[in-house]
Amino acid sequence: MKNPSVDTHLLPADSGTIGTEPLLAVDNLHVEFTTRQGVVRAVNGVSYALNAGETLAVLGESGSGKSVTAQAIMGILDMPPARVPKGEIRFRGTDLLKLSENQRSQIRGQQIAMIFQDALSALNPVFTVGWQIAEMFRVHKGMSKKDSYTKAIELMDRVRIPAARQRVNDYPHQFSGGMRQRIMIAMSIALDPDLLIADEPTTALDVTVQAQIMELLAELQRDSNMGLILITHDLGVVADVADKIAVMYGGRIVENAPVHDIYRNPAHPYTKGLLESIPRVDMKGQELYAIKGLPPNLLDMPTGCAFHPRCPFRQDNCVTDVPALHAISGTRSSACHYWREVLDGTAG
Amino acid sequence: MGRYVVRRLLQAIPVLLGTTFLIFALVYALPGDPIQALAGDRAVDPIFRATMREMFHLDDPLIVQYGYYVQGIFTGDFGMTFRGVPVSTIFEGKFQVTLNLALMALVIEAIVGVGLGLIAALRRGKAADTAILAFTLLLVSVPTLVSGFVLQLVLGVQLKTSTGIDFFPVAGTSEGWRSYLLPGLVLAGTSIAYLTRLTRTSLMETLRADYVRTAIAKGMPRRRVLGRHALRNSLIPLVTYLGADLGALMSGAVITETIFNLNGIGRQLFDSVYLSENSVVVGIVTVLVLIFIAANLIVDLLYAVLDPRIRYE
Repeated sequence: MKNPSVDTHLLPADSGTIGTEPLLAVDNLHVEFTTRQGVVRAVNGVSYALNAGETLAVLGESGSGKSVTAQAIMGILDMPPARVPKGEIRFRGTDLLKLSENQRSQIRGQQIAMIFQDALSALNPVFTVGWQIAEMFRVHKGMSKKDSYTKAIELMDRVRIPAARQRVNDYPHQFSGGMRQRIMIAMSIALDPDLLIADEPTTALDVTVQAQIMELLAELQRDSNMGLILITHDLGVVADVADKIAVMYGGRIVENAPVHDIYRNPAHPYTKGLLESIPRVDMKGQELYAIKGLPPNLLDMPTGCAFHPRCPFRQDNCVTDVPALHAISGTRSSACHYWREVLDGTAG
Repeated sequence: MGRYVVRRLLQAIPVLLGTTFLIFALVYALPGDPIQALAGDRAVDPIFRATMREMFHLDDPLIVQYGYYVQGIFTGDFGMTFRGVPVSTIFEGKFQVTLNLALMALVIEAIVGVGLGLIAALRRGKAADTAILAFTLLLVSVPTLVSGFVLQLVLGVQLKTSTGIDFFPVAGTSEGWRSYLLPGLVLAGTSIAYLTRLTRTSLMETLRADYVRTAIAKGMPRRRVLGRHALRNSLIPLVTYLGADLGALMSGAVITETIFNLNGIGRQLFDSVYLSENSVVVGIVTVLVLIFIAANLIVDLLYAVLDPRIRYE
């Protein structure tokens, strides 16, 4: 199989820290929702870690649990119906799940910030963008109205909104989609958070604007050395900015790897399918590849490996045994019984 | 903005003409002779009858009578009653009483309805929510006649005799704003129920909005998320309802005014229909329509204040 080329010299060296606590460590996290139809297990034992200055891309289709994991880290799940029966979310060594709601709201916005997919609905329509950015300084830092607006204008300049001083009193609907997402970003980095979670930040934007927003995020991250979790279903978006990738499927992590490894040689059939479904110029005119079948129904998960109904390499034990996350190397792991064969290209 | 107001006011003219003509035609179609009504069961002198009919243009076609009436209105003259009293004299003070009553009802409605609705929305599915919903059902089911007399008896009379607290006058308007407390509460009854449910639905919908999630993610305290980010957005449908309700409260106060012996236009309207005093009936309706139009205009202008996405050009 021919792999998409990746400029490996642009990628920072693996910044794994041995012996010290990473910035964020999600450990065996479970999240479930109680619904009328039954209990939906949206996240089933997800673990990942992130160091300062690192970018982790969490990849997966809708319903894979990638956003729910992020919302659990942020502490913005509606509980009930959501519940976290098991797991830890350690931020700088402290388990966030053990903190009171009051303590968590101190961390939210100040140390961990989040950017949402659709900036038009994520910004409040009845307040000016300046008000919404300045609010961060007024509420968290007790700043005066005048000072906080000065800060808001500075931030709008920093995310390169033209004529920030004139536009500070405009409302969200008066901005274009890309500019609105810049406002969201300005708001999220207002208090220099250590960790920024971007939940599909470019999905609602057109392609040229997508690249600009990703560039802006990468630049802001370089300047401030914050950790960045990039949630996306778009493989094209992550290649240039991510250090490592966690691929999620059916509420589990199916593959964990540094970004160049995964593009060069995936170790899970699902990842392989995702990579093959990227449209490519050199394959023009040929039928587009698609992973067959539908995403799993979270109310009625398949037995064994959740991916087995769609897997081209399925064996008998895939239907019965849930695969563990096998360590392939110090930085890679795959939740496939046949990861060796997938890596070698001898599977199936 | 200014042009919008002018346009809306110009639009009010055909509305006013249409509604007054309708009510004029309805009163015209009422059976019975208004001149006979003056004399009760006794016979009316034919010469007197002819003079009166001549004076009040009663033998002219409907459209001509209406023309005379509109002519009067535009010169500020509401006409005379058949008993020889200027209609404006009859109105004196009565609109004020009904307006006070309606405004009191509106204030009670806004405080109680929005308050209960907020509690219900924030305690969704819990005991408080269920209790409030049951209470609203009770409110819409109890007729004004029952709630009026019960409140008069319990809060007005029994409270005074058992505890000595004399805070709720049961009749008349001699006690200033306090006179309107009980009738205001009775008049607001059903509206409280509707507003409670509307507030509950509206806030619950807003609480699911993405921007509320953003506010939480920004680390805003719960109080601020609710009071600033959510409430402002939930207010829009409530303002619409309250504005439209002012007109409904003013025209629906007949029974309440009767129970609490308030000398307002509700009772006057009822009496005038009964006595076939057509000019009074049409006059009252005209003023009510004006109030209705004004309230709706204010509501529409408030939208722009509450929601910056709405602009009037």
